[in-house]
Amino acid sequence: MPGGYAGKILAVNLSEGKIGSVEPEESILRHYIGGRGLATKILWDGLGSRWEDVDPLGAENLLVIVTGPITGYIPGGRICVSGKSPLTNGIVGSTVSGEFPIELKCSGFDGLIISGRSEKPVYVLVTDGHAEIRKADGIWGLDGKQLIRALNHEVVDHLSNAEPRYGEWKEPGILYIGPAGETLNRTAAVMQKWSHAAGYGGYGAVMGSKNLKAIAVKGTGPLPEVENREEVISCLNQILEGTFKSGPLSQLMRLWGTTRNNYPTGFSLSSMPVRNWQEEWHDEKSIGADKFARRLWVKRYWADYGCPVACMKIAVVKTGPFKGAISDGPDYELVAYCGSNLGIFDPDGITYVSCVVDDLGLSGINGANVMGFAAELYQRGILTREDFGGVEPRWGDAEAFGKLAHLIAERRGIGDILAEGTYRAALKISKMKGVDVLPFAVQFKGMEVGAHGIRSGLDWTGSWPMSYALSTQPGDHGSISSAEGEARSILSDSLVYCNISYRAKPDLLYKLFKAITGWDLTPDDWANNKGRRIMQIQRAALLIGGPDVAWDPVKHDDNPPRWYDALSTGPSKGAAPKREYCLKLKREYYRTVGWDVKGIPTSDELRKLGLGDVDVALEKLRKN
Amino acid sequence: MSEVKPIIWIDRDYLKCSGCRMCEVVCSLRHENRIWPEASMIRIFMFVPGVEIPHLCTQCYDYPCVNSCPCEALAVDGKTGAVKVDKEKCSACGVCVNTCPGKIPHLHPNRKHIVICDLCGGDPECAKICQKAGFDALKVIILGQRSDIEKLVARTPREMTNDLAINLYGEKSEEFI
Repeated sequence: MPGGYAGKILAVNLSEGKIGSVEPEESILRHYIGGRGLATKILWDGLGSRWEDVDPLGAENLLVIVTGPITGYIPGGRICVSGKSPLTNGIVGSTVSGEFPIELKCSGFDGLIISGRSEKPVYVLVTDGHAEIRKADGIWGLDGKQLIRALNHEVVDHLSNAEPRYGEWKEPGILYIGPAGETLNRTAAVMQKWSHAAGYGGYGAVMGSKNLKAIAVKGTGPLPEVENREEVISCLNQILEGTFKSGPLSQLMRLWGTTRNNYPTGFSLSSMPVRNWQEEWHDEKSIGADKFARRLWVKRYWADYGCPVACMKIAVVKTGPFKGAISDGPDYELVAYCGSNLGIFDPDGITYVSCVVDDLGLSGINGANVMGFAAELYQRGILTREDFGGVEPRWGDAEAFGKLAHLIAERRGIGDILAEGTYRAALKISKMKGVDVLPFAVQFKGMEVGAHGIRSGLDWTGSWPMSYALSTQPGDHGSISSAEGEARSILSDSLVYCNISYRAKPDLLYKLFKAITGWDLTPDDWANNKGRRIMQIQRAALLIGGPDVAWDPVKHDDNPPRWYDALSTGPSKGAAPKREYCLKLKREYYRTVGWDVKGIPTSDELRKLGLGDVDVALEKLRKN
Repeated sequence: MSEVKPIIWIDRDYLKCSGCRMCEVVCSLRHENRIWPEASMIRIFMFVPGVEIPHLCTQCYDYPCVNSCPCEALAVDGKTGAVKVDKEKCSACGVCVNTCPGKIPHLHPNRKHIVICDLCGGDPECAKICQKAGFDALKVIILGQRSDIEKLVARTPREMTNDLAINLYGEKSEEFI
């Protein structure tokens, strides 16, 4: 087994209640590495031949959760959650940080493939070289904070009873879903800790569809052996040295986390969602990280395993109507989506909405984007107080949005429609009200967009205005396109490491990778072969889509209508991308990455990459 | 007056612990030559997110663990005051765990012997990395004199969690612990 890998992936069949393990071939690992790459390969091999018929929320979908070979050896432990996405109907690699991936590798497994569907609610407990399916009767229905408390007690008691002489048992690493996942909310996240979310993709719903409430893991082994210990330690020391000395960016990350972007992204960059993206500029100083720090933060430096950057912060509302609300930071994305995009600019209210969304297990980006969309329909009188069952989602009313989040997570009233995500809800509401509401849906191919607009051209996502539209993970601000950009994201999601904590020179990264695995990897090989291969499979799965909706690149490789409206306020007033320019960029990009004029990967490109089966699967689309 | 021999001690400021667990990384690298969180002599407990607790030996003045060991596997290091484990003699019986007021010792993951902080011979890696990283949760101080307070610091992770959760989250903490 190459270094860095435990060498086994747990295979859990919930329909049959059976657990086994698979040992991926070395050649597969060499090419697909781990995380997003390996998950893509596993999903395509398992479901590719019948992709369009696989219901993401049906028993036939696979939930694939994998680490990478360098996970644990580099600051910021992350794990990638994937499957056929109930939002895009493609493959999304959704990563989340925390101790779970470390515990998993220390238990002797690199990941889990979960198939089938349990009759009754269950959770999976993984210990050293072992896993079992356990009843979840007592924990089904619990919100995030309740779940962590209950499961920590249950697992620690279980371990202590099994080995009373061991000493005190630490808590397990836990991946779980909140109530939103249980109700198959398409914007439900797979959660870790209280507010860590694998949000993009809607995999909380996939977990819920399998009646799987949580996966808990406690491993006592070492991290897997590496190829060259001395070299790994030398690389790690260099990386840490860089992290401690903190280049200007790490320094800011440590001090303020991504929360530091709250004010400048609106004020200086004009790229922050405000009232469902009706604006992207604001001058609301109350939203500044300084105010969060003074008023709310009880822990300023909070980290996950192995990360001395500590970009997270813990916010607690100490007084007023939202007393007791707790959130991480909140980080920029949540401040934007649970704050400015709902017209809320008061730190207590933003922390409250973030807290509710996290507790319910909704993705703070995706689930809250739905709320902004719903609130605009309320503003326009398309949805009324009656539609909302008495709740009035007025801009800025944090309490009302807390209630709306509950309606959505619990699928009550209009919540049942909004639980389908912004795109599908827009289709349903258009039909229901006889008004086309798609122009108010700010999403890409079924997935709600990250909180970095493109219209001003000042944010990194705006360096070219098709960044989200051409991504294989449409809408994901962590995986925007440009051929190089997407290859880079696929790299961090496949090796699996945090691209916020670690921004050292690429050569050091490749050196560490080699010291761990023994394999040479070069930026060229990644960009032109390995990373490209993963990207093309993801693109193919996305285009095949189904069964409920599918994407036509002519129509859907594009920005949402709102993003062609000129910005109405701020220094970038009047800015908007030009449609002809976007079309030109699109054509150029298709050529660059080996897609034909319809946006479908060409036979030549796929054959060159050794993806004959993908080529065959795309034949049908080419004929259309 | 008898001679007072200063010893080093690792002070812990729990609310400053970021939970980065670099202490576990460097401890296991030093003692096991690989990253092995459960073999680390210092372990970070996190029963409640945000409430991270560095759990490691406090060197009680009366060393109940050493005195209770039926195998004579534990001894006090004359230079540092740390508890030394004789891996050959240790039977992994777990008696020292139960006599420790904080239940701090735990079995090595190989289940063959107990793990107790050895203060790295007087220059503990955990405190060094915590200082280097700038969190200041672990800090080496010089104790001019031994007292009861070190022993009071030895508490179970649960007990510490309950107190610290209140400190961080106030009355809300009842819902978390």
